[in-house]
Amino acid sequence: MKKIFNIIIGGVGGQGAITVGKILAEAAFLEKKEIKMSELHGLSQRGGSVNVHLRIGEDMYSPLVGKEKADLILILEKNETFSNIDFISKSGETIFLINDFIIPSPASQNVKFENEEIKNLLKDFSKNVFIVPASKIAQEKFGNEAVSGVILISFAAFKNLLPIKPTSIYKAIKKVIPKKYLELNLKAFNFAKTI
Amino acid sequence: MKKVLLGNEAIVEGALEAGVQFISTYPGTPASEIGDIFYKKFKRQNSKNRDNLYFEYSTNEKTALEAAIGASFSGLKTLVAMKNFGLNVCLDALGPFLYTGSKGPIVIIGADDPNCHSSAQWEENIRAISYLTHIPTLEPSDPQECKDFVKFAFQLSEKFRIPVLIRTTTRVAHQSMAVEINDKLQITNSKKSLEGEFIKNPYQFATMPPRVLEMKKELLEKIAKIQKFSEKSSINKLTTKNSKLKVGIITSGVSYLYVKESLKELKLDLPILKLGFFYPLPENKIKNFIKNLAKVLIVEELDPYLEKEIKGLAKDSNPKLQIFGKNLFPEVGELNQDLVSFAITKITNKNLGIENYKLPVNLNFPLKNFDRKISRRSPAFCPGCPYWSIFGAIKQAVKPEKVVFGGDIGCYMLAGFPPISLQDYLLCMGSSIGIAHGISKSSDAKVIAFIGDATFFHSGIPALINTIFNKSNPLIIVMDNRTTAMTGQQPDPGAPDKQTGIKIENIIKACGVKYLKIIDPVKNFDGFIKTVKDFIKKDEVSVIIARHPCAQLKLKEKK
Repeated sequence: MKKIFNIIIGGVGGQGAITVGKILAEAAFLEKKEIKMSELHGLSQRGGSVNVHLRIGEDMYSPLVGKEKADLILILEKNETFSNIDFISKSGETIFLINDFIIPSPASQNVKFENEEIKNLLKDFSKNVFIVPASKIAQEKFGNEAVSGVILISFAAFKNLLPIKPTSIYKAIKKVIPKKYLELNLKAFNFAKTI
Repeated sequence: MKKVLLGNEAIVEGALEAGVQFISTYPGTPASEIGDIFYKKFKRQNSKNRDNLYFEYSTNEKTALEAAIGASFSGLKTLVAMKNFGLNVCLDALGPFLYTGSKGPIVIIGADDPNCHSSAQWEENIRAISYLTHIPTLEPSDPQECKDFVKFAFQLSEKFRIPVLIRTTTRVAHQSMAVEINDKLQITNSKKSLEGEFIKNPYQFATMPPRVLEMKKELLEKIAKIQKFSEKSSINKLTTKNSKLKVGIITSGVSYLYVKESLKELKLDLPILKLGFFYPLPENKIKNFIKNLAKVLIVEELDPYLEKEIKGLAKDSNPKLQIFGKNLFPEVGELNQDLVSFAITKITNKNLGIENYKLPVNLNFPLKNFDRKISRRSPAFCPGCPYWSIFGAIKQAVKPEKVVFGGDIGCYMLAGFPPISLQDYLLCMGSSIGIAHGISKSSDAKVIAFIGDATFFHSGIPALINTIFNKSNPLIIVMDNRTTAMTGQQPDPGAPDKQTGIKIENIIKACGVKYLKIIDPVKNFDGFIKTVKDFIKKDEVSVIIARHPCAQLKLKEKK
């Protein structure tokens, strides 16, 4: 593994980008790795573009991922994919994991991406683009859109897209998610194995 | 034991470890979590819990600081937390408080927001307040330091009997990392009550001439002592390297982390002086640091306060020193490691093989084609938010081009964005009414001023009184969603939890407003439109209280 693994989590305020970041941070912490995370709160919660920076590894200082330095760009809402383009590494090794889900907004009405178009646009920059219908699964299988983030990170762990073991993600979910929603999230975690 | 903590969580941890007894705050991003954590611990507002700690959300930052001053005068260990703009609100009390000094140790948290992520009315730099009031000021870089600096600040306050300011920024307050905590900490103390005692001492607590000028002298003497103390304090950290380049860096706060990251990336070892104290500065330490350097880079966000100080100090100790700072860094917006790398390579570019380091931001990467694809999503009201109804009704009731719309601080300022676009001015808490009055007096314009319930209590009331006292005729719409919504649904005086709130309508009636209606804009949409149409014609001030709970509040209660 590289000494530092940089993650950008992009999405729309209210989707749970911070919770997803917290689970990953706790999971890395359980594996005795150092973490640095930077998040934004406040009015951007209300449906604006948000991103969370998470760095896992050792010998790190900045809470921000440097430009062109992301190892994984995790996108919770498809239209947000290109808002985080500055972080793609030139090496072509940045992994994209995108939720196949759109939240309509006045700003994005004229931009609706087909999955093929996204893959096509990204192909020169990233060899690893995964588009997963996490929200669809969340709604259909679990009746709750909120677990889509857990599905995505669990998928990432099972597919080795992250330097974190699935068991650590499992333990971190237990630590971060409130009791009331825990069972649902653990089910979502287990389901991600089958994707 | 270590635990992953947010900067603000680490501040709470530090305060608890220091034995804090009295906590007051007004919510504001990026400082809100500090109060929220105490609130959760206590389960409710303004109660002493079994741990003998007192916590309150105050009406505004001035009452929060004043409450804290009272606690300190009574001998309690006290914490006050607020965002940058809050310090402006309480400045009137803060200045004299430095003259009286503290009795119980007191730490004030002030949170700046370079880049205006959430504090979007101006890119304030509260370092100016350190100079203005002579308040000792510390700048932590990360959550571990947030905790350590709070404990240090309490000691400093106790030793010198002076309030201490900790200045965080968004990237410190909302940064997470594993922090060493005392897991054996027992908050419960054996004492039965808070045990504060106000012992009369007007000589210390009353600022009046002729004593006041003596007090100023005493303050300046204290600061001179603290400066001496700061010279020896390890909170100002020096990492000396044998630099053949004779290039050094002076920095503080989160900028230090960007410097360390950048030096690692560039594989450079340069001496760094990291200042824990912003005020007073350890001047001799700085002079010694720059004495043998050829170049020094000052890395700080926003205005060049350190740079100006260091330019002054260099005149004595090293007049030939080349000082770099804002000639390489922007004064607008926040810094990051890429900007720091750019500056470091600019001044050390010889023989390093990195002379062509460029800012990576889209300049050397063909991403321009993507510009069209980048979604610029503005925040919007939540589904089920009563403000949709209010602004929808306004659009039906009046012709927007014929009316001036005054915005204020709260979720409703999103009305400035399309598709609503009903906001002709927006400045600060309470100002929708205050400015509406001035416009009404100066022109024929009819003004509708929007203000939330928490903001009305915070600073809308004096402005309302002014419209009556000086006879103007705005239509004021109090957007009463029963909570301080924007910062995370904290209780406000109109809607405290488990208690009866102060009725806004009673305040308005007591002011002598003749035209007042309370309408639920969701349930009685048509009635709301009708009342706006009616009230807009009045030649004196009128008020509609649009009362319907925040959608998030309802969700929270369900949880």
